[in-house]
Amino acid sequence: MSYFLIFISAAIVNNYVLSAFLGICPFVGVSKKIGPALSMGMATTFVMTLTAAVAWLINKYILIGLNLQFLQIVSFILVIASLVQLVEMFVRKASKPLYDALGIFLPLITTNCAILGVALFLVMKEYNFLESVVFGFSAGAGFTLAIIIMAGIREELELADVPQHFRGAPITMIVAGCLALAFMGFAGLI
Amino acid sequence: MDYTSLIYAILSMGGMGLLFSVAISIANKKLHVEEDPKIGLIADLLPGANCGSCGYAGCANFAENLTTGKAQLASCPVCGVDAQNKIAQILGVVVEAGVRKVAVLMCQGGEGSVKQKADYVGIQSCIGATFAAGGERACSYGCMGMGDCVAACPFDAIHMAGNGLPVVDRVKCTGCGNCVTACPRNIIELHPINRHVFVLCKNLDSGKNARAVCKNACIACGICEKAVNGEGFKVLNNLAVVDYAVYTKELVLPTEKCPTKSIVIVGDADEV
Repeated sequence: MSYFLIFISAAIVNNYVLSAFLGICPFVGVSKKIGPALSMGMATTFVMTLTAAVAWLINKYILIGLNLQFLQIVSFILVIASLVQLVEMFVRKASKPLYDALGIFLPLITTNCAILGVALFLVMKEYNFLESVVFGFSAGAGFTLAIIIMAGIREELELADVPQHFRGAPITMIVAGCLALAFMGFAGLI
Repeated sequence: MDYTSLIYAILSMGGMGLLFSVAISIANKKLHVEEDPKIGLIADLLPGANCGSCGYAGCANFAENLTTGKAQLASCPVCGVDAQNKIAQILGVVVEAGVRKVAVLMCQGGEGSVKQKADYVGIQSCIGATFAAGGERACSYGCMGMGDCVAACPFDAIHMAGNGLPVVDRVKCTGCGNCVTACPRNIIELHPINRHVFVLCKNLDSGKNARAVCKNACIACGICEKAVNGEGFKVLNNLAVVDYAVYTKELVLPTEKCPTKSIVIVGDADEV
């Protein structure tokens, strides 16, 4: 049951984008179309899940074991950067169009604060290994959910009669705000 | 002080770094993608300023699209003739010789020419001043003098002169057009470098009103049109324009006859 609770908590109630406001950059940058948005969400989920696993191991056996907690952020960033490199190579190999569609946002997953957030939160919440992995995956699923909802709305917005001065970035910000308000409805669920 | 934690820190971080770098280098070998070697060669020849004038996301992306034939070499306005020829050789295409374009400021309303209508104390940016009643100069067509174009130039080719007007360095200017986009008054234009005669005014008000705000405004008197018998100069919408289709050296003539000195020779006739 607790895994389920972790999932609901990380994916919906404390959604990384819409409640914690982490990872806004790709959320706005790659949410023009559902296709690339889904891929971005999956890439981020992959990195988050692996980061959670590796970060937990490093934290438990190296940082706590050797009493080096002050190296937490540095070592987590090292993990994230390496994983993103792997994902980038993989995506480039697997699908060139996807690589082009994600563009600069793919290497920028490295600096996506949502991923560092996962690593830091799982230490803070003192999860065990499996819980950490579930937590990382759920956070990624939440990110994917948010970015797909956003992409769906923005695809519709393309056809909407938006006042000229609100077109592009401004209306996107307003929509993101409305979405965050909607997600506030989940607060207190757990 | 406890040196063991220092040693542990160095060892553990070094170890992790080593581990990850080995993993990545193995992955790099396994997941290596064959890239067209032309892309690298072309990218080296391109200016590398990533100005975006070609419409692609940076020079590397442009190079990639060149090799696949999606992009045209001519869409890079920055590339010199030399580099263009080399790239064309790599691509195996013939490049059409084009004339280099440079930016020209179509306004002479600097300090001492244009009237001041107010003191502007807002954000020092032309875009900002546009929203605040158009800055401090009285002419609503001319330069506002806050240097948005200077800031937009990636090649250090525009500088503010003492009279509050930007000056284009015609040698350094690559014609990328960033200043053209940056100017909220649309008074910077790209012209081939072999054009030297310009009507440096964009004021469409009647002669009297234009003269009232600026000493060097075109007052649409038509003297230039008469001086060349209508061949090359035309007065349209209260503004004299040069007809570059019949551009000849003769057009240099009205520069002396223009009563407000709004027709000007820009640059050196010998420059290329």
